[in-house]
Amino acid sequence: MGNANGGGAPRRPRPLSLSLVLRRCAAALATLVFVVLANFFLFRILPGNPEKTFAPRGRNADPETLRQLRETLGINDPLNVQFGKYLQQLAHLDLGWSWSKKEPVLDLILRGLWPTVLLSGTALVLASGIGVWLGSRAGWRYGSRFDRWSSNLAVTFYSTPEWLLGLVVLVVLGRFGLGAGGMTDPRSELPVWLDVLRHMVVPVLVLAVVYVAEYSLIMRSSILDERRADYLTTARAKGLRDDLVLRRHAMPNALLPTVSLLFLSLGFVVAGAITVEMVFSWPGLGRLTYEATRGPDVPLLQGLFLFFSAAVIFMNLLADLLMPVLDPRVRQP
Amino acid sequence: MTAGSAQRRSGRSGWRGLLRDGEFRSGAIVLVLFGLVAIFADLLADPDGLSVVKAAGGALEHPSWQYLLGTDADGRSVLTLVVHGTQITLLVGLAATLISMVLGTVVGVMSGHFTGVGGGLLNRFTEWFLVIPYLPLAIVLATVFPPQVPKLLAVIIVIGVTSWSSTARLVRAQTMAVEARPYLERARALGAGHRHQMTRHVLPNVMPLVLANTTLTVSIAIIAETSLSFLGLGDPLRISWGRILDMAYSGGVISQGAWWWVLGPGVAVVLVVRAFNMCGRALERILDPRLGER
Amino acid sequence: MSSEERAERAPQARANTAGEVRVPQARAGGGPASLLEIRDLRVSYRDRGVPLPAVRGVDLTLGAGQTLGLAGESGCGKSTLASALLRLLPANAEVSGEILLNGSDVLKMSWGQLRAVRWNEASIVFQGAMHALNPVRAIGRQIAEAIVLHAPKSSAATARRQVGELLEQVGVPAWRAESYPHELSGGQKQRVMIAMALACSPQLIIADEPTTALDVMVQAQVLTLLRQLVQERGVGLILISHDLSVLASTCDRVAVMYAGRIVEQGPGHRLFAGAAHPYTQALAAAFPVIGDMASRRAPRGLPGDPPDPRDLGEGCAFAPRCPVALPECARHDIALRTVDAERSAACVHVGAVA
Repeated sequence: MGNANGGGAPRRPRPLSLSLVLRRCAAALATLVFVVLANFFLFRILPGNPEKTFAPRGRNADPETLRQLRETLGINDPLNVQFGKYLQQLAHLDLGWSWSKKEPVLDLILRGLWPTVLLSGTALVLASGIGVWLGSRAGWRYGSRFDRWSSNLAVTFYSTPEWLLGLVVLVVLGRFGLGAGGMTDPRSELPVWLDVLRHMVVPVLVLAVVYVAEYSLIMRSSILDERRADYLTTARAKGLRDDLVLRRHAMPNALLPTVSLLFLSLGFVVAGAITVEMVFSWPGLGRLTYEATRGPDVPLLQGLFLFFSAAVIFMNLLADLLMPVLDPRVRQP
Repeated sequence: MTAGSAQRRSGRSGWRGLLRDGEFRSGAIVLVLFGLVAIFADLLADPDGLSVVKAAGGALEHPSWQYLLGTDADGRSVLTLVVHGTQITLLVGLAATLISMVLGTVVGVMSGHFTGVGGGLLNRFTEWFLVIPYLPLAIVLATVFPPQVPKLLAVIIVIGVTSWSSTARLVRAQTMAVEARPYLERARALGAGHRHQMTRHVLPNVMPLVLANTTLTVSIAIIAETSLSFLGLGDPLRISWGRILDMAYSGGVISQGAWWWVLGPGVAVVLVVRAFNMCGRALERILDPRLGER
Repeated sequence: MSSEERAERAPQARANTAGEVRVPQARAGGGPASLLEIRDLRVSYRDRGVPLPAVRGVDLTLGAGQTLGLAGESGCGKSTLASALLRLLPANAEVSGEILLNGSDVLKMSWGQLRAVRWNEASIVFQGAMHALNPVRAIGRQIAEAIVLHAPKSSAATARRQVGELLEQVGVPAWRAESYPHELSGGQKQRVMIAMALACSPQLIIADEPTTALDVMVQAQVLTLLRQLVQERGVGLILISHDLSVLASTCDRVAVMYAGRIVEQGPGHRLFAGAAHPYTQALAAAFPVIGDMASRRAPRGLPGDPPDPRDLGEGCAFAPRCPVALPECARHDIALRTVDAERSAACVHVGAVA
């Protein structure tokens, strides 16, 4: 925008300055470091005898076999040596060797990553769009039948664990002879992407329903907070139509806390992914986590834990960086 | 609107307003009912019905007048299982919430009150816990807990430890808001020590918020318990709703099509969690100065 | 206006619901066709079935180029009145009466007509220092929104230019169009609100507490600006404030409201100096005169609170607080009585019913 008269206008600051981005990244990194440390000590400090689980005869194995196993698993060394090895491995992006699957942990994670992103990502995108629309409509027409019904339904589904909904759906489908497990059917003649899509529908819907419930309640709450604002009266006084008042003025403001809360809810998205993948036999990181609890396969669990934490930290970083872009009041002068 | 009329409307806030709130009433009734079921479980359903050996029914029977919720793969009445499962589910949920709330409130008040290194560290600590996704952490903790500790206690501790951080953050924000008020300055000027300030001034003002947050935390704790039990990380010897669902899943309920086995405990979970959520929302409404638009 | 014309235009005496006969007060020098004419406006809010009257029968007129001040404490109904003029009241408000803007009744317009009239014929200057501006939008865009809404064919460049001109007219540098509300001072925000109100060249501007929350120097600047605009553009201005001194200096006429009714009306300066109604007297006396040590040491406030809308009884609403109330004041409400050619007041102590 040019100036009507020349001069006098200071340069418009950009929403994100380099120093801000760097500072936020540094903070995120610090959190990640803490997680790495916590990861290590968590498994070492809490006593347990994992070698007994993986020994050929379990708890009844003879002491010599157990000692050899401990050696192999690397838990016989003193703590500081283990820590040193751990850090060394991490530096090489080596997350260790899975005890149960006999493969590098990193490979397992990378293999399970795409299915999880496909499933949870699709559900999230769907759910945010629908949830925001539903919630804003319900909040804008507070007290209407639409509002009362949708809020009631939302609270009910919000109170349902995702895997429970999935279980119910699978049982019902089972009665009609329809299965929905796994990601692909090797016997199917459909092209791969279509086959995956077919398998994806039910678990994505199950996840999406529960997320929509949560997001619509959050958005409704934000809209209710904004409804009373004076600037909306100004907008109406200018002659703006009601739906435009909502879309152009109320929503941009109501989205601010909503977006923030959406990103913060990602910890629960991880939880949903783990349990739903298990129920639907979806070959993603969630099911991998479930399988790792059998044993427990400590290196695999450790790696997964690290990965999930890093993902959440990254999402929080994104949310942090997104706020100044959306809200001019938060920008550095 | 004059000031007088605004005061008249305060009948909406406060305890009377809570009892008048429709959502609160529906939620509270459900909770009272389930509470009674938990207390009188032995009277309502024969404890013998829990034993696999003594089970009277046939395997996977449809719901009938004799077995209102049918039977499981071992012939046990699902209704009996659900009734007794109420005890453990509610116990774990409430106990874990207690731990979570105490931890969260203490850390929250202290990190909000003590500015400087101490408070800063506590705040950092809270933030770190917030970042870590709760289920992986809970799984990890549950898995590596020493086997000497009774599983039930382990689950309670695990849930308590993984859910305190959001309470702490809320309490911290509220503490800082309260501390900004002038009467606290006066208290300090009069020589009030840290403990006195925190217990006599901050805490009473923070408690209403904590209360609203508690009901919401219970619903999270119950879902957590159910999820952990479903994943097989709970106490295998005790019956909780999550455990029933775990047995159902491992018992092939999907292929058998025994929907009653899932619906019984499932509906119970949803009803109770929903009831706690409704009460929590009602409490938030009461606390909101905007006279109840939620 | 000749006396014949005046007689022709004098509306019939109408009986209101209480059976009183009220003659709408004579207009002092209105334009040939009144810009705004409010007839027996009544507004009540419905709170859980109970109606709360906020405006209880108000008659007002305003001609082009005139300034009318509306004074009163908070809760007297002046803001409700302002919002009613463009039908900006909340959903639980019940409105009756007539609001004739350029001859058309605002209350009977269709939504489409109303939205076209809004801002185009009449606009409101809200208390800009508060949250009347969208915090996440640049102020230039918010002003342009009004322009484009009522002249959809304007190009973006035209709108931008007009925004710049409007801002300059109110004393805000044009480059400020890219600023966000939180980057502006209270005074600047108020000016932006005024610029926005002028965007579609309305014939009537309603300024609702435009100087509250501003410090005295800025107050003076804003008032001067408003006066200037009225003179230059010939718009009608309704200025609402609880501060009688502000109104007295800026407005041709002032109407004082209490408990939803107009209790006194007359030329601004005369009202302040020698009010006829005891409430106006109290309002005027509540402001200490600078330099007058006596008034500083003994400020004459008004005891009691404004009445609860639910508690309004049969008699004069001001009677409980009135220093010169008579026993009959609690029993019968008083209509506006003529004090002289330009003034009227609703008090039993004033003259006789016209």
